[in-house]
Amino acid sequence: MATAIMPLPLTHFTQNTSERTLLRFSTAGSVDDGKSTLIGRLLVETKGAFDDQIEAVRSSKVNRSGRELDFSLLTDGLTAEREQGITIDVAYRYFSTPKRKFIVADTPGHEQYTRNMATGASTADVAVILIDARKGVLEQSRRHAYISALLGIRHLAIAINKMDLVDFSPAVYDAIVAEFTALSPHLRGANIHFIPLSALDGDNVVARSERTPWYHGPTLLEFLENVEVTPAASQAFRFPVQLVIRPHLDFRGFAGQIATGRVRVGDRVTILPSARTSRIERIVTFDGDLEEAIAPMSVTLVLADEVDVSRGNQIVHTGWESTVTREFAAMTVWMSAEPLVIGHTYLLRHGPHQVQARVVNIDHRVDVANYAPLSVDTLQINDIARVRVETAQPLHGDLYQNNRFTGAFILVDPLSNLTLAAGMIEEMASARRTGGAREQFRSGPVTLAERITAHGHRPAWIHHSNPAAAIQLERRLFERGVHVLRTDTALPELLEAGCIVISQAKLEGHTHSALTLREVDETMQELETRGVITPQDVQDQGEGI
Amino acid sequence: MSLSHLRSIEAEAIHILRETAAQFAKPVLLYSIGKDSSVLLHLARKAFYPGLIPFPLLHIDTTYEYPEMIEFRDSFTREIGAQLLVYTNDAAIADGANPYSLGTSKCCGLLRTKAVVDGLKHYGFDAALGGARRDEEKSRAKERVFSFRDSNGHWDPKNQRPELWNIYNGRVDKGESIRVFPLSNWTEFDIWAYIELENISLVPLYFAKERPVLERGGTLIPYESNVRLLPGEEPKMVKIRMRSLGCTPCSGAIRSDADTVTKIIEELFVFRRSERENRVIDHDQDGSMELKKREGYF
Repeated sequence: MATAIMPLPLTHFTQNTSERTLLRFSTAGSVDDGKSTLIGRLLVETKGAFDDQIEAVRSSKVNRSGRELDFSLLTDGLTAEREQGITIDVAYRYFSTPKRKFIVADTPGHEQYTRNMATGASTADVAVILIDARKGVLEQSRRHAYISALLGIRHLAIAINKMDLVDFSPAVYDAIVAEFTALSPHLRGANIHFIPLSALDGDNVVARSERTPWYHGPTLLEFLENVEVTPAASQAFRFPVQLVIRPHLDFRGFAGQIATGRVRVGDRVTILPSARTSRIERIVTFDGDLEEAIAPMSVTLVLADEVDVSRGNQIVHTGWESTVTREFAAMTVWMSAEPLVIGHTYLLRHGPHQVQARVVNIDHRVDVANYAPLSVDTLQINDIARVRVETAQPLHGDLYQNNRFTGAFILVDPLSNLTLAAGMIEEMASARRTGGAREQFRSGPVTLAERITAHGHRPAWIHHSNPAAAIQLERRLFERGVHVLRTDTALPELLEAGCIVISQAKLEGHTHSALTLREVDETMQELETRGVITPQDVQDQGEGI
Repeated sequence: MSLSHLRSIEAEAIHILRETAAQFAKPVLLYSIGKDSSVLLHLARKAFYPGLIPFPLLHIDTTYEYPEMIEFRDSFTREIGAQLLVYTNDAAIADGANPYSLGTSKCCGLLRTKAVVDGLKHYGFDAALGGARRDEEKSRAKERVFSFRDSNGHWDPKNQRPELWNIYNGRVDKGESIRVFPLSNWTEFDIWAYIELENISLVPLYFAKERPVLERGGTLIPYESNVRLLPGEEPKMVKIRMRSLGCTPCSGAIRSDADTVTKIIEELFVFRRSERENRVIDHDQDGSMELKKREGYF
């Protein structure tokens, strides 16, 4: 039987806490595979649960474990879940050891919760995938493994649970290892680690089990404490700008969190999508200026030159730019009850950057139970598919496999405001072929920046499916002094000339005028919040906060 | 090279604070004067430096709070140049709302839950930052960082927006709002370790001192000017400190000798009891925090 680890010396916590690093992992599972029991045991044995919480579990009327303590009760949160005995949403748990602090994204395993599984996996470094030793690799395990790898998790820890119910048989373990290993071609090169354990009795969870003498690998906790995760700081430098901080005329800084990489004072940088270049003059923090900063620090950068930078732009090292494009292919997880409408205009959020986007094609949907491609013409909730996306304004992205921050996006419905889908960029059309921003914005004796200053607004392309709204919008923008026109083909030259271009769908059906007005208002507001046009009441206050 | 876990969650919280300032027209920071609020306020100063915090602080004053809290609130916010707003459910106070006659559940409903919802509506805030953490209570473990509230201020735990990576969707229609929780991934231990690391000022009630207290059903209630004596009660002097601050009649203290942050951290790992245990309201009924949250309690 496993025993709990010794409590740590106090001095260790008080002196070394700030030295610990953070590891995020996800788990998924259904009612019977022992996931809640496993998490509950990790919490109790690492002292991540408090004594009064354990006491409440001990005195609870419910005990489904057949043991002294039902660990699963520690983690079942919402009233509905306690009644149904299932986990319906992503829950986050916390525990720590002297080496690491752990954030656990605990997600339900059932198919209808694919989206929750994806949500939990999106921030995780490691996925703990539970397999019931008696049942082998079920559909649910395959789904969890696929989604974890899809969301970019590099380490899958396969916890072969309930070994106590198969007499700790190495033959059972070997068979499951072989069965699971056969799936690896579909798992995007993720590292796979197998651990035989019993969450109920504690074997190989925290302490080594005497009942698995044939197993020489780490316990689950040892694995989690020691698994090497590629630090975000070792990748190319990416700095999405969240805010312009301008408390007075002598200071203009760009605030953001370093997504990946590191930056030093003096580095040559390029601002995307404008492709203007400058040098890092200062790295400012509340605690003082820094010579160097690494991901994932939140800092404020001051540039040596007066270049135009606003929310949603990205600062990168010159020579290491991300791709600027309007067309790309992506894997998506559809998350809303509202199905995908091909050609419909959605808002695409890419870090702090927001553009209008359309899904123009579904290449195929993936059946997550057997990894087979399916041909479909729409996407429903919990569907996973490869799609093609076109954006109205240029996007400066990376492939998701190279960067989990700048390769990721969500789609938002501009009317209901709901988050509809999550996307991972798989392939990008090159800037040259699509006439991307770098070429466009460098041409001519008159630069785009000069045109923006002269016009008092930025260029943009707006697509409206409602023709009445497009007409009204043109009038409204014109009255605000904007260089605006409507056309069926979005010519890049017009954007280069600094115009706002409105394209519209062909006239069909009747649209209610109240809806039209609302759409126009929303688009105007959208243009203001994105800094395309200046809000009327603050026109003389300048940029910044 | 990797950041320490405290610096990682610090960077995450600053990112969330900046997203809030950028995405909303009228955000506010709900300031409860407690230790978590104090950490949040400190992070907000960091997020916008060298600028000032670009949104006001709103304190929901139940009028049953410790006088020391109010003194601290006024002097500290003045010191850092923050804009402070105070809102009270005056109608309920005028009707004589108090925990003795209403019970803690109803009293909290009026003076906290309703006051938060009304206060936000009164000023027209579209986002409210709070210091709640997911490790505090089971139902909080599932709440998003950007948590949607309908036009009645209600939370629907079964219908939350998916939240992936560090992309937060703060789009709302008029009347709707988002509660933002930058400290979602912090534990009570992280809060104290960070307070020590950053030397953050706190209300003195958090530190052990001899104070007059009443013992009610195993809970130690500090005897303050606004606590009513029940028949037969007699305050006695005990060395105590508060683990979490609330209203005087409803938040219990613990016996303690910890009069510095370092001693509190040591004590936390001896005591090993969750901080909300001493709050009377959480144990009113099974799943009680979830019920309060659905109605809008922070």
